Amino acid sequence: MIKIWSMKKNEEAAAKKKPKTSAAQIRVQKDLTELDLPSTMVTHFPDPADLLNFTLTITPDEGMYKGGAFIFSFVINMNYPHEPPKVKCTQTIYHPNVDLEGNVCLNILREDWKPVLNLNSVMVGLQYLFLEPNADDPLNKDAAEELRRNREQFMYNVKHSMRGGYVKGVQYANVLA
Amino acid sequence: MATAAGPPTANGFHYADWEDRYYHVDQVLDRPGPRTDPDSFMAGAAVKNFLRDKCKILVIGAGGLGCEILANLALSGFKDIHVIDMDTIDISNLNRQFLFRPKDVGQPKATIAAEYIMKRVPGVTVTPYYGKIQDKDDDYYMQFNLVICGLDSVEARRWINATLVNLVDRENPESLKPLIDGGTEGRDLSFRYHVAPHRSEGFKGQARVILPTITSCYECSLDMLNKPTVFPICTIANTPRLPEHCIEWASVLEWPRVKGETKLDTDDPDHIQWVYDVALKRAEEFKIEGVTWSLTHGVVKNIIPAIASTNAIIAASCCNEAFKIATSSAACLNNYFMLIGTDSVYSYTFEHEKRDDCPVCGGESLEISIPESWTVERLIEMLVERQDIQIKKPSLSTPTKHIYFQAPPQLETAMRPNLEKKVSELVPEGGDVIVTASTLPFNLSLRITYT
Repeated sequence: MIKIWSMKKNEEAAAKKKPKTSAAQIRVQKDLTELDLPSTMVTHFPDPADLLNFTLTITPDEGMYKGGAFIFSFVINMNYPHEPPKVKCTQTIYHPNVDLEGNVCLNILREDWKPVLNLNSVMVGLQYLFLEPNADDPLNKDAAEELRRNREQFMYNVKHSMRGGYVKGVQYANVLA
Repeated sequence: MATAAGPPTANGFHYADWEDRYYHVDQVLDRPGPRTDPDSFMAGAAVKNFLRDKCKILVIGAGGLGCEILANLALSGFKDIHVIDMDTIDISNLNRQFLFRPKDVGQPKATIAAEYIMKRVPGVTVTPYYGKIQDKDDDYYMQFNLVICGLDSVEARRWINATLVNLVDRENPESLKPLIDGGTEGRDLSFRYHVAPHRSEGFKGQARVILPTITSCYECSLDMLNKPTVFPICTIANTPRLPEHCIEWASVLEWPRVKGETKLDTDDPDHIQWVYDVALKRAEEFKIEGVTWSLTHGVVKNIIPAIASTNAIIAASCCNEAFKIATSSAACLNNYFMLIGTDSVYSYTFEHEKRDDCPVCGGESLEISIPESWTVERLIEMLVERQDIQIKKPSLSTPTKHIYFQAPPQLETAMRPNLEKKVSELVPEGGDVIVTASTLPFNLSLRITYT
């Protein structure tokens, strides 16, 4: 057997016995404790001992979604940050980039996720969707079509949906904060 | 000349190494050469005894690479081999996983592979474990001299890598287990200028030697992995162009919508059939051709085409390293070999460097001794004040609980009472504390002792 021990350059390196916390856990601790969120975003941990499952509430203070409180669930698995967190909207909302099941079309949650991104980037990305809904990446096709065709009508639909109203036969959740 | 009968093997036979059984291998082991390490190579009986009677090697994975690895190890003279695999044999494995036969379909890979090797190579004991690597504890991994991985999962590799790095105990040289990692799933680190053509993954592979805490580890190279193909969800939802888009639509969007809480089980043929039917209907609607049952199966299980000869090259390279490390008969790979068979045959060997901010093998570790009466708040003050640490706003946890987090507000409030508590109530003597802070590259670990 090769004598690996003699390859140790110094004792210093050997002292680096690390505690048994997974890289994913440490990374989540790092991401969460360094979150720098504006007052429009608040995290909630149903079980404060469980850092891997929590919700984020976004209450936009400008734009057409102002006045609403939008709740997203975050589920992080042990392969984080190799895999992105799984994020879903927990309410049925009228938004071109969110479908009726709560799936969100945000590039950094799927095809453009990289391990150098963090939870802060995802949260800021989500908030941006409420400030600038994007008709080019539709998940709710009706909403995207309306936004493109008639912005005034779209804004009316948003307000109406946020009160729990129907838009094109679909009832949306009352999200007024 | 007949040698004495050896110990009984697992399949109940006594064996004897017949004359010249290892004639060719012994050419390398009987005398030192210009490439042998004079400090650790002990020519003749000593090295042969170690290889054949003492060395215990663990093979993780008994699939495409694992079958090759097991056969190579057994034929090069390793006699105490253990193998772990959590899978059962599927009919689609039989074209390249040559230890399996049609009658074995449905049986555990580890068990069948072990039986086959023992039947075919007398005197070799292969001990199978049908289950997950995570089922086993440190004591189990401690018994081996070497570990070889033939895995297809990033998650499993990260786990075994972290486990072996953590096993290293500076008081005990035996605790350092070389890890040889083979891969052919085309996810090896790719240079930015190397353009990977689609569907060529099967021709690429890599073999690497990881000496935990000494060389770069698996986690060090994690952010250089090729990304698996992921389609934008809006493309899947609205503008499908490829058969894969239709399959993803069925499995990612339609399955949860229609089936609710029922998880998609990619090993359940009925589930795959459902996804296939739904995907096919969508493909017809959008006039897309190419949705087949096998493509559906491949996409939902994220199967990457496997080529038997690529497996053979990578497995052979891993086993050569295992042989060299076990015998010291030649210098081992330092430390990364990549094979790119897509443009004729290209290979490149280089030293992948250790990362200082690697969450597994990097980062600082400090042993600190504090009075038993110190509170968490006092410990935090010390961390902020100490010149050699200089961190701002540290957050602390142990492997089992959180001690104090600076943010988010809800957690800070919940943990604030801990500031008043004695560290010794929360952390045992010799226990570890993980410190993160924005000013640290990744984290700092503290080993706490009390005065």
